[in-house]
Amino acid sequence: MHQPQTPEDIVAILTDAAARKATVEIVGGGTRRSFGASTPDAEQLATTALSGIISYDPAELVLTVKAGTPLAELEAALAECGQAFLFEPNTAPGSTIGGVIGSGLSGSRRVSGGAVRDHLLGFEAVSGRAERFKAGGKVVKNVTGYDLSKLMCGAWGRLAVLTEVTLKVLPNPTQSLTLVWTALDDAAAWDLMGEAMRLPADVAAAAHDPQRGVTLLRIEGFGPSVGARAILLKGALARFGVPQEIAAEEGALLWRPFANAAALGQSPTIWRLSVPRKEGLGIVHALARDGGQWIADWAGGLIHHDTQSDPAMVRATVTAAGGHAMLLRAPDDVRAHVPAQHPLPQGEAALAARIRRAFDPAGLFETGRFLDQPHAD
Amino acid sequence: MSIKMPEPDQAVLARRDAIVAALRAIVPGEGVIDSERELTPYESDGLTAYRQPPMVVVLPETTQQVAEILRYCHREGVKVVPRGSGTSLSGGALPLADAVLLGMGKFNRVIEIDYDDRLVVVQPGVTNLAITRAVEGEGFYYAPDPSSQIACSIGGNVAENSGGVHCLKYGLTTNNVLGVELVTIEGEVLRFGGKALDGAGMDLLGVIVGSEGLLGVVTEVTVRILPKPETARALLIGFPAVEAAGQCVADTIAAGIIPAGMEMMDRPAIHAAEAFVKVGYPLNVEALLIVELDGPAAECDHLIDEVAAIAQRNGATTLQISSDEDERLAFWAGRKAAFPAVGRLAPDYYCMDGTIPRRRLPEVLQRMEALSQQYGLGVANVFHAGDGNLHPLILYDANQPGQLDKAEAFGNDILRLCVEVGGVLTGEHGVGVEKRDLMPEMFDEIDLKQQQRVKCAFDPASLLNPGKVFPTLHRCAELGRTHVHHGQLSFPDIPRF
Ligand SMILES: Cc1cc2nc3c(=O)[nH]c(=O)nc-3n(C[C@H](O)[C@H](O)[C@@H](O)COP(=O)(O)OP(=O)(O)OC[C@H]3O[C@@H](n4cnc5c(N)ncnc54)[C@H](O)[C@@H]3O)c2cc1C
Ligand SMILES: Cc1cc2nc3c(=O)[nH]c(=O)nc-3n(C[C@H](O)[C@H](O)[C@H](O)COP(=O)(O)OP(=O)(O)OC[C@H]3O[C@@H](n4cnc5c(N)ncnc54)[C@H](O)[C@@H]3O)c2cc1C
Repeated sequence: MHQPQTPEDIVAILTDAAARKATVEIVGGGTRRSFGASTPDAEQLATTALSGIISYDPAELVLTVKAGTPLAELEAALAECGQAFLFEPNTAPGSTIGGVIGSGLSGSRRVSGGAVRDHLLGFEAVSGRAERFKAGGKVVKNVTGYDLSKLMCGAWGRLAVLTEVTLKVLPNPTQSLTLVWTALDDAAAWDLMGEAMRLPADVAAAAHDPQRGVTLLRIEGFGPSVGARAILLKGALARFGVPQEIAAEEGALLWRPFANAAALGQSPTIWRLSVPRKEGLGIVHALARDGGQWIADWAGGLIHHDTQSDPAMVRATVTAAGGHAMLLRAPDDVRAHVPAQHPLPQGEAALAARIRRAFDPAGLFETGRFLDQPHAD
Repeated sequence: MSIKMPEPDQAVLARRDAIVAALRAIVPGEGVIDSERELTPYESDGLTAYRQPPMVVVLPETTQQVAEILRYCHREGVKVVPRGSGTSLSGGALPLADAVLLGMGKFNRVIEIDYDDRLVVVQPGVTNLAITRAVEGEGFYYAPDPSSQIACSIGGNVAENSGGVHCLKYGLTTNNVLGVELVTIEGEVLRFGGKALDGAGMDLLGVIVGSEGLLGVVTEVTVRILPKPETARALLIGFPAVEAAGQCVADTIAAGIIPAGMEMMDRPAIHAAEAFVKVGYPLNVEALLIVELDGPAAECDHLIDEVAAIAQRNGATTLQISSDEDERLAFWAGRKAAFPAVGRLAPDYYCMDGTIPRRRLPEVLQRMEALSQQYGLGVANVFHAGDGNLHPLILYDANQPGQLDKAEAFGNDILRLCVEVGGVLTGEHGVGVEKRDLMPEMFDEIDLKQQQRVKCAFDPASLLNPGKVFPTLHRCAELGRTHVHHGQLSFPDIPRF
């Protein structure tokens, strides 16, 4: 395991690995190594030592940190100033900010507050060419040069080792209220979530859990505003019944099962389906034939499902509906031949491969995790 | 006029007739323009100091035609400059003498409106405002609102990642676009993103937005729409010093308030605006803030009081709160007319677009004032105060020999200053031609080469909009060379600029 202390160390490690034709897997907290095929041959590069806040100015809404900083440390520092990451990372303990960016996955608030991609303003990194480079900036508004930050979100360690990242941070809402409807059937839940999102009520998150029989809406903000919006929602959604109103901490417990698909417990297989919201219902119906449990978030646009159906069938169903299916968790033998990421059409896939080559021409980061053909020139 | 464009390729110019004929075979009738007189309207965009008639203009109507045009140009080695409505302020749509100008104006249909998924699918030539017009009957709107919204196209917005006064709260174009259809220079039709929130694989959509027409031609855009807030109210606040106004902005944000809009004007801008629209702006202040809150009435009322208290604590000398929609619009009228208002102070003005960390504002304005003295040119400032995006308007007279060059030199100094204090060259207008040669102020050679390698992945022959964004044109083959292969990577300690 390589343990670089500085970006220069990373340059040296990558240069040396390239000379030996070794491949390198970037490891942050290492909480997501179960994603994709196993990579026994790759050398691990741990970012643990690249940790700490470089600058944080709450009034500028900007935070610059080293990429291996534990997320928990950042969340604590932000909370002290009444701020937060609005994309609501729901991470396993030990997660790093580099890993959150590398996986590009966001929590329940993504439907209102955006994803990680919407909050990464700039970065410094070492590319697969073993070159240090930077992109973006350290202010909230910037269009200078290509927005390479977007490429880093969800790159899964295939382009560059992030060393320093600048993120947009925002005030943490002072109040939060969760409205809970019980025992709605799935169609009614979908209608409710859709209608809520179309109202000027600034719904922060909307989710449905058929196992527990709850449908949730979260509203956040200043007290008077939260109160007014709760009244608006209850009035407009009266035909779905009278919801329970659960405040802050207790409300947070209701949302926990949606984070990290925790509601599905230790299921050996978990799919993450990102779909147009109104197609979600049809998809859970189509997958229901083979059983399995699921939960819906993002007003119905995100489904976590533990179906054991044929992966090709799952993907075909989701593709037909204009979405994509990520295999978050699966037994080793499945992961060895089913790509974790949704396969792209040929033209888009070829372009993506050319982009990877633009950062990593020798395939240093091509560990085999994503079952692509190696691409070294 | 100090920026040099790539030398025209004489061999291409010599084949002009054949190229025009080939384009006519793809786009029949009036869709190909080649007469000198009719080419003139296309010779510049919103950066009017730069003019160059294109070799030929083509106005396709279908994705199929775009693909065929690009495939032809790629095969023949002909450069292509995409154009939307031509309002770019950075020269992004400036033609080249030996290039085809590909106008997307005929792509003007709204394809689909889906209220359930809160999205609209449009062709790229649809104007920004037309999207809101198409959905406002149902109580929705498209949030990014550049001041040019009646004219600029959504394709241009995607290419520039445009912003507006509401983008502190609602995001720039990139945060509001869900998907695009893109035709590559090789004529391949690709799709990125779509109707779902997360796309599949790497976020190529994210890098296409803001790529200034260098990566491909956008032929369809899917945008997110939002329900219109129930109410909006504004405060108009005057301060005796810029520092106090800046502190009021910082304190507002520190109080956890992200206003829908927060705009600042300095004394010259206030006076110019008031003289132009006469809405009753206070004239005895050094800085004027417009703060807009939106949401349920209860929220607006609550936050208006909070912001008013913060303003008072910071020594505001005038404070008005809009009591109805007419008054709110009156507060905005001066700000919205600031550019033409300042335009009356001098024959010409030049609009800059740097971003700075907000806390450096007083110092930046002071040094800008010193530069103004040094160059002998006036400057007025309007400022997206919430996000630190400055729009200094430099006053000059293009008819006086040397003044345009002076204005450019002054502008460049302002942008260097923005970078020096920790900011960036452009907050929303793009690099284009205008700031191309300043890129090394922010990025070193390795940074720029890495960006150009992304360009090479899309457009290996560098035929799309060359001469924009990057100060040096590298051949892709040269950039692709990998040192790593031979285990003898050289990483000289390249100085940061
Ligand atoms: C089953 C599952 C469910 C999830 N659910 C949610 C959810 O509900 N909400 C949510 O917000 N997130 C979710 N995530 C994502 C999660 O937030 C992140 O995966 C995060 O916890 C990873 O942190 P880490 O440091 O342990 O990353 P690691 O596991 O170490 O790395 C994750 C990826 O990022 C790369 N990486 C790590 N550090 C760097 C670096 N410095 N530079 C470049 N690349 C790097 C790694 O190579 C790897 O590909 C989920 C992930 C999984 C697998
Ligand atoms: C008075 C005025 C006020 C303005 N206010 C603002 C403001 O508040 N905020 C702001 O951000 N900007 C503002 N602008 C700048 C400008 O309006 C924006 O940059 C706008 O997005 C440009 O759109 P357009 O359709 O005019 O594009 P054009 O000027 O035609 O082109 C701009 C760039 O986009 C590329 N392009 C255009 N269409 C496509 C396509 N379909 N595919 C690929 N590339 C394409 C071109 O090659 C060029 O590089 C203002 C301009 C003016 C004149």
